[in-house]
Amino acid sequence: MLKEFAGYVTYNIINLEYGSRPADVLDFFIYDTIKIFFLLTLIIFVISVIRSYFPPEKTKQILSHKKEFIGNILAALLGIVTPFCSCSAVPLFIGFVEAGIPLGVTFSFLISSPMVNEIAVVLLFGLFGWKVTAIYIGTGLLVAIFGGLIIGKLKLEKWVEEYVYKFHNGQEYEIVRQTSKERLLYAKENTKDILKRVWLFILIAIGIGGFIHGYVPQDFLVRYAGRGNVFAVPIAVLIGVPLYSNAAGVIPIVYALMEKGLSVGTVLAFMMAVTALSLPEMIILRKVLKIPLLGVFVGIMTVTIIAVGYLFNAIL
Amino acid sequence: MEIKVLGPGCPNCRMLEEIVKKAIIELGIDAKVEKVTNIIEIMKYTMSTPGLVINGKLKHSGKPLPSLEKVKELIQQENIKG
Repeated sequence: MLKEFAGYVTYNIINLEYGSRPADVLDFFIYDTIKIFFLLTLIIFVISVIRSYFPPEKTKQILSHKKEFIGNILAALLGIVTPFCSCSAVPLFIGFVEAGIPLGVTFSFLISSPMVNEIAVVLLFGLFGWKVTAIYIGTGLLVAIFGGLIIGKLKLEKWVEEYVYKFHNGQEYEIVRQTSKERLLYAKENTKDILKRVWLFILIAIGIGGFIHGYVPQDFLVRYAGRGNVFAVPIAVLIGVPLYSNAAGVIPIVYALMEKGLSVGTVLAFMMAVTALSLPEMIILRKVLKIPLLGVFVGIMTVTIIAVGYLFNAIL
Repeated sequence: MEIKVLGPGCPNCRMLEEIVKKAIIELGIDAKVEKVTNIIEIMKYTMSTPGLVINGKLKHSGKPLPSLEKVKELIQQENIKG
């Protein structure tokens, strides 16, 4: 129905010539815009309701009695549903350490949270379908679990800033109980908040995506970044690492690029690099981690993300 | 009245500070707004920033940010008591 509507606007109202490039671009733009915003509103609302059940204080409580491995799995899962502002990473880190949560488990949490990004989930679902979305969430969790396990095994506690371990205020933070009405209100506010922040990025990105869809030749990327190029994945990751905050904007563009021959693994690796590794986050984490640990963290993440990219290029 | 905005200095924390300042002006209340950026100080109240503390009590923490109306309401609750 949406397809018909986009077609109707393009060919009947604006009256573009059927099959012409501008018509193609506009058709693609209208269809994707409506679909993406509908999904974005719906899914973010649902995720927000789920999140209202997992404030950081509760997550800390759940994780504080867990051993490694089980703890890593739980931490990775909780990382997806616990809402927190990137600037909370430091107090959360200190709080987790104080609660006796192992370093590796804490990292599983910190990795999965940006790795499995809700906006990315919506866009992947809208543009690629549920299979790619499930793969994205699954691999994000795996990277978080194993990244955390490796950091735990390496015993890197010495590279955490000393003051973190000296911190004891024994404060039990209160977990605020919410009524269902408050949860729905919270979800509504959160959805509004996220939409307000990303709508322009997404619109511009869908626009560029539409342009690529209409004007870039079909085999353009196959030559440079297709399956045949073994360097496509590491190059995509290296480009993705310094990019940040445009996770929302990047996906519609890579979607269009994929149409032109970029492979799924390369796209996934690029997206993960954009969302999970970012300079602002490193600067924030520097307050609690010494440079070597930060380096290990970035190193492990980069290698795992590249591995994920190769894996998907090989199996899909 | 003493109001503290807790946060290490991210965009969200700055936005909350703006909201609080606007709320005070609109309510015409005499209040001191202090920005707390020291992590240890912040953690006396909460783990999830940005946080809002009025007269020593934590009134809001984490995301999403409270609306201007909500902040006004929180300030007024304390204003009546004090």
